[in-house]
Amino acid sequence: MSQEVIDSRIGKEYSAGFITDIESDTLPPGLDEDVIRFISQKKGEPEWLLEWRLEAYRGWCEMEAPEWAHVDFPPVDYNALSYYSSPKNMKDGPKSLDEVDPELLATYEKLGIPLHEQEMLAGVAVDAVFDSVSVATTFREKLAEAGVIFCPISEAVHEYPELVRKYLGSVVPRRDNFYAALNSAVFSDGSFVYIPKGVRCPMELSTYFRINEAKTGQFERTLIVADEGSHVSYLEGCTAPMRDENQLHAAVVELVALDDAKIKYSTVQNWYPGDAEGKGGIYNFVTKRGVAHRNSKISWTQVETGSAITWKYPSCVLRGDNSVGEFYSVALTNNRQQADTGTKMIHLGKNTKSTIISKGISAGKSSNAYRGLVRMSPRADGARNYTQCDSLLIGDRCAAHTFPYIESRNPGAVVEHEATTSKVSDDQLYLCQQRGLDAEKAVSMIVNGFCKEVFRELPMEFAVEAGKLLEVSLEGSVG
Amino acid sequence: MLKIQNLHARVEGKDILRGLDLQIGPGEVHAIMGPNGSGKSTLGHVLAGRPGYEVTDGSVTYRGEDLLAMDTEERARSGVFLAFQYPVEIPGVSNMEFLKASVDAVRESRGDAALDAVTFMKRAREACKAADLPVDFLKRGVNEGFSGGEKKRNELIQMMLLEPSLCLLDETDSGLDIDALQVVAKGVNSLRDGKRSFVLVTHYQRLLNYIEPDHVHVLAGGRIVRSGDKSLALDLEERGYAWLEDEVA
Ligand SMILES: Nc1ncnc2c1ncn2[C@@H]1O[C@H](COP(=O)(O)OP(=O)(O)OP(=O)(O)O)[C@@H](O)[C@H]1O
Ligand SMILES: [Mg+2]
Repeated sequence: MSQEVIDSRIGKEYSAGFITDIESDTLPPGLDEDVIRFISQKKGEPEWLLEWRLEAYRGWCEMEAPEWAHVDFPPVDYNALSYYSSPKNMKDGPKSLDEVDPELLATYEKLGIPLHEQEMLAGVAVDAVFDSVSVATTFREKLAEAGVIFCPISEAVHEYPELVRKYLGSVVPRRDNFYAALNSAVFSDGSFVYIPKGVRCPMELSTYFRINEAKTGQFERTLIVADEGSHVSYLEGCTAPMRDENQLHAAVVELVALDDAKIKYSTVQNWYPGDAEGKGGIYNFVTKRGVAHRNSKISWTQVETGSAITWKYPSCVLRGDNSVGEFYSVALTNNRQQADTGTKMIHLGKNTKSTIISKGISAGKSSNAYRGLVRMSPRADGARNYTQCDSLLIGDRCAAHTFPYIESRNPGAVVEHEATTSKVSDDQLYLCQQRGLDAEKAVSMIVNGFCKEVFRELPMEFAVEAGKLLEVSLEGSVG
Repeated sequence: MLKIQNLHARVEGKDILRGLDLQIGPGEVHAIMGPNGSGKSTLGHVLAGRPGYEVTDGSVTYRGEDLLAMDTEERARSGVFLAFQYPVEIPGVSNMEFLKASVDAVRESRGDAALDAVTFMKRAREACKAADLPVDFLKRGVNEGFSGGEKKRNELIQMMLLEPSLCLLDETDSGLDIDALQVVAKGVNSLRDGKRSFVLVTHYQRLLNYIEPDHVHVLAGGRIVRSGDKSLALDLEERGYAWLEDEVA
């Protein structure tokens, strides 16, 4: 397609851009041990957790921000960020939706996340995170009946200290990497999920993240433990209001799938990507990892259209024999967005299997990199990996890169890798237009077709949403 | 219906159409024959508004309007349909989804309500039947892995569902087996209603045994060099194009 057409379509405003006017209790910028003590004390945390945070902080001080990713941005001044913020009148936490600040609810409404409706909709329990404090949790009772625990992690620290203490940091150690260490030191809040032995979680679990405070880093911490033989499907969706300053988001997600358990973790990420010139937007530096025990399965599905910079590699450590890891990803970049994303599949157990399906879509002047590691340990007899990595280019000013790393120390392990790069061709667009479709509709249809294998993996209602999200993200970028 | 006057067009800096005149009335069927590379497909693309095809002179009036001033999709929505000589594939996009989106877009522009799923499915199935393609093809990606003949029949399905006013068929008969040729002919004949007009680009007189044309034209060197009735096609079959080119020279 012609560059003019592309240009003429650049400039669609981010529709979730607005700022909620809620008084908040924000710490002045800066980070030191006192700040960590303040956070811990604010949350009334036990001594062990404070020590845990401080230890992480000391580790972080010795680390440097990684530079190997295929992204380019000015260094972040960590002392210019504030590490705690909570909506003021929420201190005691609402018991029900009625107690939630109406303005807050209106905020979600604007984002198209009506909690009330969702309560009625096909059993989706929502743990909404507003800045650093969880403000609304629904369906707790129904889940409690099944013995499922789904609550803010700050609450779990008090209510289920043994579980939290046992598993926190067990998958992503405190000093795992720069951003994970930072998160461990200052994590604000996030979700905790525990599915007891043999239980199938009766509904999709869902969390919406939202970043609202100017210059406030957001440090979510999610921990999901699926006990033996249990099943759970968890969906995370994100969006953020418009901002001129870049905002840092360094989350950590830990998944533990014990023997015979299944965890499906789906993400639809729509954070503010910055404007057409690359100004503003979220920096998304996330560590997501799961450990799969014997016969268990961990499946990551992600649809990423937001953020100015994405640095993210949801991974599976296939520890137990016969465990299965899956990674299905759609990453779309437009304008000046940069994404370096992919996965790690670490095969430790025998007959472990992993599948990686990555679909990268680049438009505008964006850069989209897939980085994937498949490691076959000496013990991983009969292990198999299949990787398919497809890139789709829209226009001719964007870029796609693929960095597959394969480390096989087991001669019997099988690693297959396929990669393709294609363009939305002028002929395809012409065919669509000759049949009455406008260029925008045509591109979104072609892109959706390209992503089909991944969308298939999303829970039904979100597959539709993901399709729409791509359409919105592509508006203003293609022709 | 369509009036082309002194049409000059160029592709990639190369002049292909050089003063083409053609007039098509409502309900008429025109056959266009001519040597390879003479500009037949180019004519179809210029009429359909393919990007990159530059009109340097002349005019095209379609139902009283300046066709050349319209966007590609506007032309399609106002009833110009081109069955491609080389249909392209759109992997992952199902035929069904594609057809529904097209039909919706065309209907919307005409101010008609979108078809409900049941009605649409019924029509899509009928079109498949008429094109003699199994209904499964609706679920497959657009032309994805279709054989040459299947692609051509798929064009017929699209044409039937979109209900165009002016149908341009660019060698839809090429690559078809003998039975399929009859299927396409039958499909086209079933769409003839006295108002809808057809332009059939073909290399074979045989097609015209099944679809009787009102006029036959020879396109050579970017112009219509001879027009006649269906007997012209028979002459061409016998004598080739050389004698015409000699005559023109
Ligand atoms: N994109 C292009 N770049 C350069 N030349 C082109 C292009 N498209 C078409 N042409 C040339 O224009 C001329 C006419 O092509 P066109 O496809 O219209 O012929 P045709 O009459 O349909 O031939 P056939 O019977 O083989 O289908 C040919 O010489 C062809 O090579
Ligand atoms: Mg041709």
